[in-house]
Amino acid sequence: MDVISNLTMDERRRALLILLVMALVGLTFAAAGHGDPIAVHGALVLVLSLALAFPVMGHLYDPEPSIERFNAYYDDPSKVGVILTFVWAAFAMFVGDWVAWLMVEPTWTTGSAWSSFGRLRPVHTTGVIFGFGGNGLIATSFYVMQRTCRVRLPDQLSPWFVLIGYNLFCILAVTGYLLGITQSKEYAEPEWYADLWLVIVWVTYFVLYMRTLARREEPHIYVANWYYMAFILVVAMLHIVNNLAVPVSFLSAKSHSLFSGVQDALTEWWYGHNAVAFFLTAGFLGMMYYYLPIRAGRPIFSYRLSIISFWGITFMYMWVGSHHLHHTALPQWVQTLGMTFSLVLLVPSWGSAANALLTLNGAWHKVRDDATLRFMMIAAVFYGLTTFEGSFMAIRSVNALSHYTDWTVGHVHAGALGWVAMITFGALYASIPWLWKRERMYSPALVEVHFWLALSGTAVYVFALWNAGIIQGLMWRTYTENGNLAYTFLDSVVAMRPYYIARALGGLLYLLGALAGCLNLYLTIRFAAPATEAASRKPLRDGLDDAATQPAE
Amino acid sequence: MFTLHYRLERRAIGMTLGIIAAASIGGFVEIAPLFTIDQTVEAAPDMRVYTPLELAGRNIYMREGCYACHSQMIRTLRDEVERYGPYSLAVESKYDHPMLWGSKRTGPDIARLGGKYSDEWHVRHLLDPRDVVPVSIMPSYGWLMENDLRIDDLRDQLATQRAVGVPYTPDMIRHAADDAYAQANPDGSGVKDLTARYGEATTVRAFDGTPGRLTEMDSLVAYLQILGRLTDAASRDTLAKDLE
Repeated sequence: MDVISNLTMDERRRALLILLVMALVGLTFAAAGHGDPIAVHGALVLVLSLALAFPVMGHLYDPEPSIERFNAYYDDPSKVGVILTFVWAAFAMFVGDWVAWLMVEPTWTTGSAWSSFGRLRPVHTTGVIFGFGGNGLIATSFYVMQRTCRVRLPDQLSPWFVLIGYNLFCILAVTGYLLGITQSKEYAEPEWYADLWLVIVWVTYFVLYMRTLARREEPHIYVANWYYMAFILVVAMLHIVNNLAVPVSFLSAKSHSLFSGVQDALTEWWYGHNAVAFFLTAGFLGMMYYYLPIRAGRPIFSYRLSIISFWGITFMYMWVGSHHLHHTALPQWVQTLGMTFSLVLLVPSWGSAANALLTLNGAWHKVRDDATLRFMMIAAVFYGLTTFEGSFMAIRSVNALSHYTDWTVGHVHAGALGWVAMITFGALYASIPWLWKRERMYSPALVEVHFWLALSGTAVYVFALWNAGIIQGLMWRTYTENGNLAYTFLDSVVAMRPYYIARALGGLLYLLGALAGCLNLYLTIRFAAPATEAASRKPLRDGLDDAATQPAE
Repeated sequence: MFTLHYRLERRAIGMTLGIIAAASIGGFVEIAPLFTIDQTVEAAPDMRVYTPLELAGRNIYMREGCYACHSQMIRTLRDEVERYGPYSLAVESKYDHPMLWGSKRTGPDIARLGGKYSDEWHVRHLLDPRDVVPVSIMPSYGWLMENDLRIDDLRDQLATQRAVGVPYTPDMIRHAADDAYAQANPDGSGVKDLTARYGEATTVRAFDGTPGRLTEMDSLVAYLQILGRLTDAASRDTLAKDLE
């Protein structure tokens, strides 16, 4: 248990105190919340806290770690974060493909409540967005903030609190859905106590980021950090406002949201679309702005373009959520504002995509040879395609056709599979050898396999649902010559079957790719040749060229 | 401008404040007026609140994730009005904490489902959708018939709804559990009190076909049968516009 012995004695004592307090809170809910599903969560928190408390107790009086540690970055949390990212990817993509097959063959369940489509679907969405995406962001942000600030994390306990606390939130969320605990707000399903816990974790995360920045030895804050900061700050705003709710009682898992009807609808989609913006875009742009130039060995193409894109995205995204509510009971002036800003938003979005792709000028031979860099390149391409598609679908008359159909699902997956997951896998494949001090990934061929599975899976998935969505939308609005609706709703359900099969197959390809990644991670940690001395120091001493952290102009 | 930024990006606090300021404007301009502009939500004096049984059914609807495949928001488009009925008004979800407008129609919109099918149809459909609709891809919900409805927390549920702005009276809150039982037991003694509190039009039936036992099925079917029927503002509104 080197990880625990590397903490100072003081940090170990504080870790134990936190875990014991959590165990006590868990015990309280487990004992007092009888008859309510919150008791199950109480018991879960109790067990998990004790499971961590025992090893900490076992190493409580180990000697203080060597003073040498201050000469290196603190990467243990990033390593665990990388492993967790792969675990969540495998789990959540598996559930995703399962629910995709349930839309082909609805009887492929156990028949128990937990395995019905409606409960599994949020397990997939939360597992992928928050489990996979969130862990990827946390792991890489710890890595990136240290390198770009040229300073070690200010302490060793708070990064663990953030990482483990965040994963506890994810576990409470997905187990909650299986138990029937949900707020039903899309992409904000976890109930009040999980939401409150996330606020505590998130504040710690922000404080950690600010403390690291305050100690930095670089005069400028590198652009990747702007995005990570926007991600942390704005997600906090969104999370708090959208989850305002009154619990039924302090021993009940259930709450009722503060807002209702139209106000609730706009708040929800203000949250929903900006979860896309600040969780699934800003955070991953931060990732891209660090890993893509490093891996390509080229400085970012344009410093000015990154400034314009950053502030454009931060300002304009917050207006566009109402494009999810075209032609609904939401007042039209809000719909129009949302549509307008959605169109203008294309400018900063394409600014970022272009900045990434133009950075690769002079390094295209590396893109050809290196699947890791190719993951990042394709991610930037999909980022450009998806933001264009998004602006297009936000036009009211296009939305009249696309809304409520599988086109939206296809659009989301173009972004999630093509952009978010690809940039994450690229960043992870770049960091894993650096983190574990290996020459390279155990099997570059397996990275190549993963790349092609991911790309073909995404293409199959997205094409299937484009077809599905457009056919659905057209069938719903087609009239016969006599002026009657030409199709029943059921006709459109039957017409979806071949596309749902194709989608599930595309998802399966993507899942297989992720599993290849898991295998490669395991092989690299266990068997890959250690890096030579010089290589292992590379990310520590000069992993980032001055050219890449300093403005190019 | 770029020199200004050159200085700004050297200050973590400056960047933090800048991000918060830039990101706050959009939401504030769009969301805040929805609470203050009167025309946002239409007036519907006849609108009633959900009965405790319907509210519990709504909770089950959320628990099972029904909103992932069924919308409750008919848009102002000709084909939608012809397929589903009058377009949805903001007032119709005024007591929905949270709203369940949905974002995807894997199944049809159900904003006006209430009264369209019999209770028996709903029960059979929920137990096995393919029993009544052979090509359906909806999941089966067998456990709804097996599970007794939880009524010990209904009082707290209503009190919480009142806390967030739904006009439940203290009387309604006090008798929440009794009213839930009464609504599914047409021959029981509590029916008169229930209709006195929630109106003569309240549907009182053995929704799952078995009076005496209160199941989750009773509750969910009661909810499905009230969809679109808390107020008739929507049909009045479109009628008025047609006459103009």
